[in-house]
Amino acid sequence: MTVRRVMGIETEYGVLQPGRPLANPMLLSSHVVAVHGAAREAGRVRARWDYDDEDPLHDARGFHLDRAAAHPSMLTDSPSVAVPSGNGPQEMPRSAVEEYEDPGAANVILTNGARLYVDHAHPEYSSPEVTTPLDAVRWDRAGELVMLESVRRLAANAALPDVNLYKNNVDGKGATYGTHENYLVDRAVPFGDLAARLTPFLVTRQVFTGAGRVGLGQRAEHPGFQLSQRADYIEAEVGLETTLRRPIVNTRDEPHADPARWRRLHVIIGDATMLEVATYLRLGTTSLVLWLVEQAQEGGAARGIARSIDRLALRDPVQAVHRVSHDLSLTERLELADGRRLTALEVQAEYLAAVRSALDAVGGPPDEQTRDVLDRWESLLHRLGEDPASCAREVEWLAKLRLLDGMRRRDQLAWDHPRLAAVDLQWSDVRPERGLYHRLVAAGAVELLVTPEQVEDAVIHPPQDTRAYFRGEAVARYGGQISAASWDSVVFDVPGAQTLQRVPMRDPLRGTRAHVGELLDRSPDARTLLAALGG
Amino acid sequence: MAGQDHVRHRQDDEPADEPVTPPPAAANAQTRDAEVDALLEEIDDVLEQNAEQFVRGFVQKGGQ
Repeated sequence: MTVRRVMGIETEYGVLQPGRPLANPMLLSSHVVAVHGAAREAGRVRARWDYDDEDPLHDARGFHLDRAAAHPSMLTDSPSVAVPSGNGPQEMPRSAVEEYEDPGAANVILTNGARLYVDHAHPEYSSPEVTTPLDAVRWDRAGELVMLESVRRLAANAALPDVNLYKNNVDGKGATYGTHENYLVDRAVPFGDLAARLTPFLVTRQVFTGAGRVGLGQRAEHPGFQLSQRADYIEAEVGLETTLRRPIVNTRDEPHADPARWRRLHVIIGDATMLEVATYLRLGTTSLVLWLVEQAQEGGAARGIARSIDRLALRDPVQAVHRVSHDLSLTERLELADGRRLTALEVQAEYLAAVRSALDAVGGPPDEQTRDVLDRWESLLHRLGEDPASCAREVEWLAKLRLLDGMRRRDQLAWDHPRLAAVDLQWSDVRPERGLYHRLVAAGAVELLVTPEQVEDAVIHPPQDTRAYFRGEAVARYGGQISAASWDSVVFDVPGAQTLQRVPMRDPLRGTRAHVGELLDRSPDARTLLAALGG
Repeated sequence: MAGQDHVRHRQDDEPADEPVTPPPAAANAQTRDAEVDALLEEIDDVLEQNAEQFVRGFVQKGGQ
């Protein structure tokens, strides 16, 4: 029993040139990425993204979307060459012409194993793979510092536009951009079971994972406040799309790992959160529910326990997402398929009870972080029912609401006053001197889980217990000899070699420090490393 | 985990023989208001001066 699994967070940041609302967001975003690349010894990080193993149109329900039928925004890979196979370095022909660098495809592979690039019209930080929710917080926070560094560098360069970046998900005018969680899940679980057992959880977890939002409706057409940034944009139960008709459960089946063993669950319903406890519990509780679903698949006592989850099926999950988000009292009852009517807190309590029962039944003492996630989950559900204001140090929508209500009371403001919308936006400005969340940190008004030193270390260094270690360390040590990399490969271009050499990393739990640390230490250059890997 | 703040325990955790004087909800609310007012003062200094213009100018393209 453990909260551990391979996971990560991708965050698209809001991008703004002060005073120029019509500035081209693609251009601004590519500046954000390019100044970072320049900041880190240019040549080492000019590596392209290796798209060979990407397949964004593969659907977890077992069919493949025809490229011609796909919305252009879904084509996140590029025309690919045949995917090589095998385990050692693979030889690849070197391109006869110089690789074309599309400035709109700005892409940096960071020494911490993350990817910084332009996705649609936003700079995106995709965190390295981690195995615990606390590490997810660390490398997610590191992403905020990566973005801050670009903001500072652009501000210091008179030839380039100033850019401000916001870790949020809506502009209040109809646009939304994503914060996606990724979880590696046992392939043995049928996708239908996974989606069905996860849906009521994802619908109701916003009571403690929501970042809060000023405005109701996709275009904030009605004044008010709600729990979640993303809720009003969720329009389907299950689907492949991420940019339109966004679903509660996304079916993109692109595991970036051995597809016979794993699927990558791509969760697009979540909000970007500044509060560390919110991020920690979002990842931690979701991982525990996935554990329960995997256990149920294996049979035994967990299978019976999971039936209590099956009874939580909602009559109208999409409508329930909106209703939970709009109910600040947390008392509204949701209709279940079996006719019962439960509050979001009660649905969450059922999930917590099921996870705890499965823990008792399946056995094995929980590790420290698992116990901590369970205790915090229970404590929050209890206090959200009794005294929600007491959760303002841990729950982001309540921390934000606390400020907004204070301002409304003090200044007699109605919900449609622009100062309140400004608070909502400026909340997530990555600059500590401007971001309102950071003012709360300075005042000691929110709980922190990681130290500034741990976050700064995570900007430079990869997690040690996933393949992100090999990726990040390879970029740090042999960056000048890497021509491309991806989640599951690093392509080396060693001077004098006849071909490129591609190191596949199909197992996210190999390439760890324990696995390759000594090998890297023994290899002063890429040639030595590749010889050792091939041997 | 070390170094974390602990959840503030409620008044009913106190020993029973102490005089039971739970602070009225109003007093709690007043304390909370005072805390928030202090935070707001800090935020007044950094909040965009022209909130309306800032909000109107915050235009994004949709993403994933």
